[in-house]
Amino acid sequence: MSAVREDFLEILKLVRPGARVLDVGCGEGELLELLTREKRVDGQGLEISQAGVATCLARGLAVVQGDGDRDLDHFPTRSFDYAILSKTLQQMRDPRHVLSELLRIADQAIVSVPNFGHWRMRMALMFRGRMPETRALPDPWWSTPNIHLCTLRDFTDLCRDLDLRIDACTALSGDRLARPMDPDGILENWRAETAIFLLSRRADEQPEAVPKDLFGEVALPKVEQTDAPKPKRRKRAKAETSGELF
Amino acid sequence: MRGGCEAIDSDWACRSNRPMDDTGGIAEVTSGGGVMRFPAAKPLRLDSGATLSPLEVAYKTYGQLNAEKSNAVLVCHALTLDQHVASAHPTTGKPGWWSRAVGPGLPIDTDRYFVICANVVGGCMGTTGPASTNPETGEPYGLSFPVITIGDMVRAQAMLVETLGIETLFAVVGGSMGGMQVLQWAADFPEKIFCAVCIAAAARHSAQNIAFHEVGRQAVMADPDWRGGAYEKAGVRPEKGLAVARMAAHITYLSEAALQRKFGRELQRDGLSWGFDADFQVESYLRHQGASFVDRFDANSYLYITRAMDYFDLGAKHGGVLAEAFRKARAVRFCVLSFSSDWLYPTAESRDVVRALNAAGCRASFAEIESDKGHDAFLLDEPQLDATLRGFMAAQAQARGLA
Repeated sequence: MSAVREDFLEILKLVRPGARVLDVGCGEGELLELLTREKRVDGQGLEISQAGVATCLARGLAVVQGDGDRDLDHFPTRSFDYAILSKTLQQMRDPRHVLSELLRIADQAIVSVPNFGHWRMRMALMFRGRMPETRALPDPWWSTPNIHLCTLRDFTDLCRDLDLRIDACTALSGDRLARPMDPDGILENWRAETAIFLLSRRADEQPEAVPKDLFGEVALPKVEQTDAPKPKRRKRAKAETSGELF
Repeated sequence: MRGGCEAIDSDWACRSNRPMDDTGGIAEVTSGGGVMRFPAAKPLRLDSGATLSPLEVAYKTYGQLNAEKSNAVLVCHALTLDQHVASAHPTTGKPGWWSRAVGPGLPIDTDRYFVICANVVGGCMGTTGPASTNPETGEPYGLSFPVITIGDMVRAQAMLVETLGIETLFAVVGGSMGGMQVLQWAADFPEKIFCAVCIAAAARHSAQNIAFHEVGRQAVMADPDWRGGAYEKAGVRPEKGLAVARMAAHITYLSEAALQRKFGRELQRDGLSWGFDADFQVESYLRHQGASFVDRFDANSYLYITRAMDYFDLGAKHGGVLAEAFRKARAVRFCVLSFSSDWLYPTAESRDVVRALNAAGCRASFAEIESDKGHDAFLLDEPQLDATLRGFMAAQAQARGLA
C-alpha cells in the first residue's frame, strides 16, 4: 500500500464507488486494480503494449490492447462514467481529438497533465537556454515521448475551446501533498508541476454524484462508504481572462 | 448422467495409464470420456430446419469435476482437429493437439479444471457425421447428411454438457473454428458460461476464407474416387483430392515468413530433377501434410465442416449488428487473442469482435500476440500466448472461487 502514486490517490478520490471506468494507457493496471479494490469500479483498460496487457489479464482486469490515438473512436458513446488519461495526453498525436473522444465515451474525464509553465521549466529555458529536464519531464528532447506539451493556461484554453467544464482541479508538485487549485489562478501556472482535472461536457446535465469534497478523507486502505454524501460541485473559476504574470 | 442418455464405450473417470509417446516429460493426465448417445426423443435440431437423430457425441475429459461442478472447461476444436486435446491420437499416436496448453500445471490446468473436449457434429472421430450410418437407409449418410452450422455444433456440445450434469461452464476456450464456437456459445448460452477465450478467430468468414475453402472442396469433389460422396459404399476414398485440399489449406495456416524461415528455397537433394518431383523441401513438406491428413480425416466431413465455417456470420443473425449477438453476455468475461502474422483470421477481425463486445457492454480483454508463425501459432510454442492464457485463466478461476 505504501507505494501508491500520489496522482493515483487523487484520482481515487474523484471516482465514485461502483462507477464504470475506462483507463486509457493503463500500463500494468495499477490504477485499475486500485480502483477495483477500493471503489469496486467496473473497470476497462486500453493499453498499447502486449506485456502490459498480459500483466493486466493476470490481475483479472479487462484490458484491450490498443492505441489511444486510434482506438478510442471505436468505443460507444457514453459507455463509461469516467475516462481516465493519466499523464499521457502530451504523448498523443492528436490531444485535442483524444480529449473530445474521452468526453464522448464517458460522462466525465479525469486527465492529468504536466505543466510546462512550471517555474522550473521556465527557468531552464530562460537561464540555461535548453529544453527543460525536470523530475516531471525527465527525458532529453530527442528521446522524450512527450510530443505535445502544454502549460496549464494552454490546457484550460483547450477545455474552453472544446466547451468542457472543469469540475475540479488539483495541483501536484513533487512529493508534496496534493492541493486543490483554481486552474485560472495567476500563480498556479507557475507553481503546479502537474495538474489533475475532472472534466465534463458543459452542455450536459450535471452528473448525479460527484465527490463532495475532493480533499476529503479517503485514507488507504479503507472500505468506501456505499451511501455517498450529496455532491457539491466546485465552482469553476470566473477569471476567464486572467492575465499571465509576465 | 441425465435425460436417459447412455454413455457407450465410456471410460468415464477412469485413469488412463497409457504413456504419452513423443512428448517426453509431459505428465500423465487423468482422462475419461467416451461416446454419448442421445435417444431418438432428444434429436439435435439444426439451423437448416432438419433434425439429426439419434445423435452421438464423442468426447474426452481430463481432470476431475469438483463437487460444486463449477470447474468445467469446454475446449472447442478447430476444423480438422478432434476431442483428443491432451491425449494421444488413436490413429496417429501423436500427442494431443493442445498438450502444450492443456495438462497438469499448464495454462488450462487439469489439476484445477475438468476439461471437456467433444468432436464436433459433422466430424469423423466418433460424433455423428456424414460417415455415420443413416438410420433410414442403413448406409453411410454421405451427402444425405444435413448441412450443419457452428450453431449446431454448439447446441450438440450444450446437450453433452447438460447431460454431464454441468449447469455452468467455468470457461469455453477455442482457437480458429473453436473460437467461432466460443463466440456462438456467448451468443446462444451466455448464462451457461463464466468466461470465454476466443483465439485466432472471427465473427464471420471473409470472402477470402470462403474462397480457400471452396478450393479445398472442389479438390475433393474433383477426385473420381469421391463418387458423389458415396465413396465408402464403393470401397474407395478420395485421398488425392483430400490431400490437395489439405495442402492448399495448410499454406493458409502458415505465414510467408514462417515458410521462408523453415524452408527457404532449400532443395530435397542436390540439384534439380528437371521434372515435377518434389525438388523443394517446401513441396515435400506439403505433400507429407496432405498424405498424412487423409489417414485421419474423412473427405465428406471436410466438406461439411468447411461449409459450416463459411456459413458462420454471427452478426447477420442479429440484424447485421454483431454487438446484438453479445447483448445478453454482459456477465461473461471475454479474452480475445490474435496473432500478428495470421492472415487467415487477421487481427482486424478480432478487433471487430472486441468492439462489438465493448459496444454490448461486455467485459472484454484483447491482445495481439507478436508471432511470425501465422494462424497455426495458437497450436505452437508461443510463450506470450502461454503467459496471457495462463494469467487470464488463473485470474478468472480466482474470481470464480476455484481453489
